[in-house]
Amino acid sequence: MSFISRGFRGRRVADAPRDRVPPGQYVTRDYPVLSAGPTPHTPIEKWDFSIMGEVDEPHRWTWEEFRALPSEEVTRDIHCVTKWSKLDTVWQGVSIDTLLDGVATSAEYVVQYSDGGYTTNLPLADITGGKAWVVFEYEGEPLHPEHGGPARMLVPHLYFWKSAKWVRGLRLQAFDEPGFWETNGYNNYGDPWREQRYWGD
Amino acid sequence: MDAGMLDGNAVAGLLQEVFAVEVTTATGTCAACGAAGAMGATHVYRGAGFVMRCPHCDNPLVKIVRGDDRLWIDLSGMRTLEVAV
Amino acid sequence: MAGTAVLGRLTWKAAKVVDVVVETRHVKTITFDVPDWPGHRAGQHVDIRLTAEDGYQAERSYSIASAPDGSHLGLTVVRIDDGEVSPYLTDELRPGDQIELRGPIGGYFVWEPAQGGPLLLVAGGSGIAPLMAMIRLRAAAKSDAQTRLLFSSRSWDDIIYREELDRLNGGGLRVVNVLTDRQPPGWTGYARRVDAEMLAEVGPSPSERPRVYVCGPTPFVEAVAEALVRLGHDPRAIKTERFGPTGG
Repeated sequence: MSFISRGFRGRRVADAPRDRVPPGQYVTRDYPVLSAGPTPHTPIEKWDFSIMGEVDEPHRWTWEEFRALPSEEVTRDIHCVTKWSKLDTVWQGVSIDTLLDGVATSAEYVVQYSDGGYTTNLPLADITGGKAWVVFEYEGEPLHPEHGGPARMLVPHLYFWKSAKWVRGLRLQAFDEPGFWETNGYNNYGDPWREQRYWGD
Repeated sequence: MDAGMLDGNAVAGLLQEVFAVEVTTATGTCAACGAAGAMGATHVYRGAGFVMRCPHCDNPLVKIVRGDDRLWIDLSGMRTLEVAV
Repeated sequence: MAGTAVLGRLTWKAAKVVDVVVETRHVKTITFDVPDWPGHRAGQHVDIRLTAEDGYQAERSYSIASAPDGSHLGLTVVRIDDGEVSPYLTDELRPGDQIELRGPIGGYFVWEPAQGGPLLLVAGGSGIAPLMAMIRLRAAAKSDAQTRLLFSSRSWDDIIYREELDRLNGGGLRVVNVLTDRQPPGWTGYARRVDAEMLAEVGPSPSERPRVYVCGPTPFVEAVAEALVRLGHDPRAIKTERFGPTGG
């Protein structure tokens, strides 16, 4: 029923290259802060990152150990299911392939879990092979808490709710376990190029 | 406290799309800590969807996802909702 | 009707601009006419929706600042420089233009004359809007509820509804302006952020069991609500409406 509001444009970028904008998305130059809960403030000396579940043994890194791992600069477009996209975002992070190097597993699925209780689920194949990172810098600065710092997941080929803020670890599993949003309407996989926003898409 | 945090008033319209009752005056009981209070006083966060959290223990009482022609509500964080009729 | 929560479903309606009034340098009040408007209660808000030619939509909520007035309702909008919606509302809209609107919404952050007082209304910036609806309704209903408004603004020129509040001051309503950034020469009023000491001085005291309504940016509401509870006010008597980080 909606009718056009004369002269309303919104603040989208008008001339974004079409082949980089998934269906139904609008490009912004802002970086909206969207959060399912209060910003955690875990002291860095208490922070750790774990890989556990269907693994030979749990692996754990303190912040110092994590930052001593090889990291890389990653530039990617990100797409939020709330319809904004941001092109050429620049991060510094540790590849999941680095973290999983030497980890023996038969798991096919993974759950990312975060401070504050947020979870999101993926096939393991979607975070390996150069597709995902644990990032700790955005645009050359330490990742701000409201944007997920000290570290968050970056899984840019899927909608951004699949990149958990304040991530503390990955649980590898033989079975898929829908997470915080996947259990309540958001698509279990979330490919922006097939516009898989909701259940049934 | 996050500067961007809202309260139950912010999702009153969204919820009224679904329920025939005014939700902000309803009393919700948290399934995690048992605290009861007006839904209008919940702490509301906007992520991929909306989350109404218990102002005492931050437990998600209600999650709301708004699709184009469907809306999903998870009420499992709330034990009881009391509404005047 | 009061006491039951059963309502109809909300639908989007066309709202036509009938008047635009400049309140302050960055603030305008836009009055809309909504055919079949069911009326509203003081403190309620509306959701508005704007649609661009390519289908892009933006939705926002605005408190109704006017007392009930037939099919008319007024929204007071602060223009945020890099905002998406407020510059459109304050710069573009002219009488005759239409937007989509649904409401009235809300039941928690509401005051009715039958509830009486004493009332303590605490506003930060644009948070004055729903409280102004209460003040205007109080005047229209000739209520004698003892009411104190503690209103924090950046400067004298930023006080929204300043002249109207000055006129309404008295007869059971006491308006206390707080100017946090700049004060005019000779200013003897409060010149700092609202704190517990100020709230205790302005009153009413907790023993008078006032109904309290606090509205404004989230950090403001959090600080004021916390201070009121520390002063001994009953948390259940304090109703809050948070406008988010900027309050705009």
